[in-house]
Amino acid sequence: MSHSATISASHPMEGMKVYNLKLGMWVFLLSEVMFFSSLIGAYIILRFAHPEQWAEPNAVLNVPLTGFNTFMLICSSVTMVKAFAAIEHGDQAGLKKWLIATIILGSAFVGIQVFEYIKLAGHGFVPAAASYAAEGGPLYGSTFYTMTGFHGAHVTIGVLALIFTAIKAFRGKYSAVDYGGVEIMGLYWHFVDLVWIILFTIVYLI
Amino acid sequence: MSVRAMTAPGHESLYSGGMRSWLTTVDHKRIGVLYGISALFYFVVGGVEALIIRLQLASADGTVVGADTFNQLFTMHGTTMVFLVLMPLSAALFNYMIPLMIGARDVAFPRLNAFSFWTFLFGSLLLNLSFLVGNPPDAGWFGYANLTSKQYNPGMGIDFWLLSVQIMGIASIASAVNFTVTILNMRAHGMSLMRMPLFVWMALIVQVLMLLAFPPITVAFIYLMFDRFFGTHFYIPDAGGTPILWQHLFWIFGHPEVYILILPSFGVVSEVLPTFSRKPLFGAPFMIFSGILIGFLGFGVWSHHMFTTGLGAVADTAFSLATMLIAIPTGVKIFNWIATLWGGHIHFKTPLYFAVGMVGLFIIGGLSGIMHASPPVDIQQHDTYFVVAHLHYVFFGGTVFGLFAGIYYWWPKITGRMIGEGLGKLHFWLMFIGMNLTFFPMHFLGMDGMPRRIYTYAADLGWERWNLIATVGAFVIAVSVLVFFVNAVRSVRAGEPAGGDPWDGATLEWTMSSPPPEYNFAIVPVVNSARPFWLHKFGPTRDISTRTREEGTPPQPDTPPERIDLPSPSGWPILAALGLSLVGGGALVGLWLVLVGVAVLVFGVYRWAFQPLERLGHPTFGPAPGGGR
Ligand SMILES: [Cu+2]
Repeated sequence: MSHSATISASHPMEGMKVYNLKLGMWVFLLSEVMFFSSLIGAYIILRFAHPEQWAEPNAVLNVPLTGFNTFMLICSSVTMVKAFAAIEHGDQAGLKKWLIATIILGSAFVGIQVFEYIKLAGHGFVPAAASYAAEGGPLYGSTFYTMTGFHGAHVTIGVLALIFTAIKAFRGKYSAVDYGGVEIMGLYWHFVDLVWIILFTIVYLI
Repeated sequence: MSVRAMTAPGHESLYSGGMRSWLTTVDHKRIGVLYGISALFYFVVGGVEALIIRLQLASADGTVVGADTFNQLFTMHGTTMVFLVLMPLSAALFNYMIPLMIGARDVAFPRLNAFSFWTFLFGSLLLNLSFLVGNPPDAGWFGYANLTSKQYNPGMGIDFWLLSVQIMGIASIASAVNFTVTILNMRAHGMSLMRMPLFVWMALIVQVLMLLAFPPITVAFIYLMFDRFFGTHFYIPDAGGTPILWQHLFWIFGHPEVYILILPSFGVVSEVLPTFSRKPLFGAPFMIFSGILIGFLGFGVWSHHMFTTGLGAVADTAFSLATMLIAIPTGVKIFNWIATLWGGHIHFKTPLYFAVGMVGLFIIGGLSGIMHASPPVDIQQHDTYFVVAHLHYVFFGGTVFGLFAGIYYWWPKITGRMIGEGLGKLHFWLMFIGMNLTFFPMHFLGMDGMPRRIYTYAADLGWERWNLIATVGAFVIAVSVLVFFVNAVRSVRAGEPAGGDPWDGATLEWTMSSPPPEYNFAIVPVVNSARPFWLHKFGPTRDISTRTREEGTPPQPDTPPERIDLPSPSGWPILAALGLSLVGGGALVGLWLVLVGVAVLVFGVYRWAFQPLERLGHPTFGPAPGGGR
C-alpha cells in the first residue's frame, strides 16, 4: 500500500502493523479523549458544587431541535461508513456520493448549532450571562458555550477536512489500495460524533 | 583500523543552502538544529531574566527593579525556561537523534515536524512580543486564578501568555503524535522494543505524557480565555466558579510536565554512562520499566502541589503515598546508573562529567522532593525558597546538566567536529560550582522562612548573606554558559574533524558519517542487538573494555546502492504555522486579524494536503531506476 506519508525503505520495518497515518490518528484521538475528559470532568465538578445554577432541561435549551441535530450527526456517521466501504471496493462514484452526503449533514449540524446560538443570545443567554430569566446561574452559560462551542469547532474542522477529502476524491486520488485518507477521516468523524452523544446527554438531557 | 576510517567522510552539505532552504526544510536533522539554536537563544534570554532577579535580591531593600517588573521577570523566567528552553532543547535531541538511533530515514510525518517547529517558534515570539508592548505576564509561570482574572489583571500580559502557551501546546501535541508513530512504526528491521536505546524509550514515554498532559492545561487555558475574553465565570468565586479548578487542571498537566522535562535527561545519561564506562547499561529492562512506571504514577500525584488548599486528610494521604512511591522507580534508575559505572573502564570526557554531575545533583533535588511528599512538611515549606531550591536542583541539576551531557555527547555527530575538552570541563566545573552556590543556599533561606516571589526584603531578617552568595553563584553560571558558547564557536570554526564514531559508540547513529548524509542510511541496517555497533566492532561479548576492535567493513557504504527518494522541501507547513499564530495573536488585535489567520491557516493546510510528499525531480540519491543519476 502506498500511503503518502510513509518513507520508502528497502527493508521491512518493525512496527505496529498499522500504517503511519492511521496510527497517528489513533494517537491524536487519545489526546482528544483527554481533552474532552477534562472538559467533562470540570463540568461535573462545577455542577456538583452548584446544582442550583442549572436550569431544567428544555427550560432554556431547545432539546427537540438539538435532538434532531444529534440524529443528523449520527446519520452523517452512517454516510461516512458508506463512503469508506465504497472506496474499499474501488467504487469511486459511491465514495464521492457518500462524502458529499456527509459534508451536507455535517454542515447542517453546524448551521443548526449557529442558529440555536443566535436564538439563545437573542433571549439574553450569552456566555457572560449572570442569570437567565431566573433559570440557571452564571456557570450554566459558561459551561454550555465552552462545551458545545469546542465540539462545534471540532465538527467545523471535520467538515473542512471532509471537503479536502472530497476534492481529492473527485480528482481520483483514492483507490481500493490507497484509501488511508478516507479511513482516518472516518476515524476522526466517528470520534467527534461519539463525543457529541455524550455531550448532548449531559448538557441537554440531564 | 583507525576509529575514523570506519565511516565515510562527513556530509557538511547537509547544512548548506540559503535561508529559503531552512524555511522550507523537512529534514529531521535540520529541524533538530533549528530547535537547538532557538532553545539556546532562549536559554540566554531566560538566564538574563534570572540574573536581573538575582541582582535585585542580592541585598536587602534592592532597588534594581520595582515590584511590577520583578513579577514580570519571574513569570517570564519560569515560562521561558520550561516552554522555550527545556522542552525545545529536548525536542532538538529527539529530532536529530531518534530517527538515527532507530534506523529510519526521517520521522513519520516530516512536514508535520516542520509545522511543529515553526508553530513553537511563532508561539515563543508571541510570548516575548509582550515585552515590546510593555506588558509581559506577571502571574507566575503557573498563573494561578484569580491573579489572572480580568478584574485583578486587566492588562494584555496574561492574554499574551495564555495564547502563546496554547499555540506552543499545539506544537507539542503535533510533535508528540509524530514521534510516537515514528518510534512505534519506523524502527529498522530487528530493532524490537527491548532493543531500542534507552534514550528512545524515554523519548517515547515523554511523547505519551505530552499527549495526555497537554489537553488538561488546554482546557484550563480555554476557561481562562473565555473568562477574560467573553466574561464567563469559571474561576470567579462570586459567581460560583472556583480558582481551585485552575489548580487541578494546571497540575494534572504540571506534574507530568516535570517528567516531560526530566525523562529526556534520564535518557541521555543512560546513553552516555555506558559509552564512557565501556559497559552495557546495568539492568536495562529495569530502566525501561521504571521509566514507564514513573510516567504512569506521574498522573496520580498532582495534588501534592495543592496540600495547602485543604483537600482533606484522605486525599492528602493518598497523594502523599503515591508521590512517595515514585521514589522507588527513580531510585532504581539511580542505582542502575551507579552500577553501570561500577567496575567500568571509565573514559573521563566532558559528556561523562555532565552525566555524573546530573546524577549527583538530581539526587539532592529528588531527596527534597520526597520531603515535599509529606503534607505536614510541605505545608511548612510551601511557597518558600526551599521549593525554589528543590525545583532548580531537579530542572537545572537534573535537566540542564543531562541535556548538556547530550549536547557534548552528540556535538561531534551533529557538527562533524570535536568540541574542546579543556573548555568543556571548565564549563562543567563552573556550572557545577555556580549551580550549587546559587541554589544550595536557597534551602537555608527557605528554612528561614523567606517566601518565593517577593521583590525585596528587610535587612533585619538575616537573609542577606545567603542571597548574596546565590547571586554570585548565578553569575558564575553565566560565565560557564559564556565558556560553552566560546567553545561551540571555536569548534564550529576550527574544531578537529570528528569522524563518524569518536566515542566508540554502541548505537546506530555512530555507524554514520558526521554529519550524516541527508538520507541518513545508505542501507537501512538490520539490527540484532541492543548495542548493534558494539556487536559489529567487537563481536558478541558483554565486556568490551579489554577487547580490541576487530578489523571490519564500514557499516555504511559511501553511496547508496539503490535509489532513495526523500520528502521534498515544503513552504506550506511554515505558512500554516504562521496562520495559526495569527489566529492567536489576532485575538489581541481584532477579529479581522483572526479571520486573516484562519484564511492563511486553511490555505496553508490545503496546499500542504495536496502537495505530494516526494516530488519528482527533487534530490534523490543513488542510481535512478533507469541507470545513471
Ligand atoms: Cu509534582
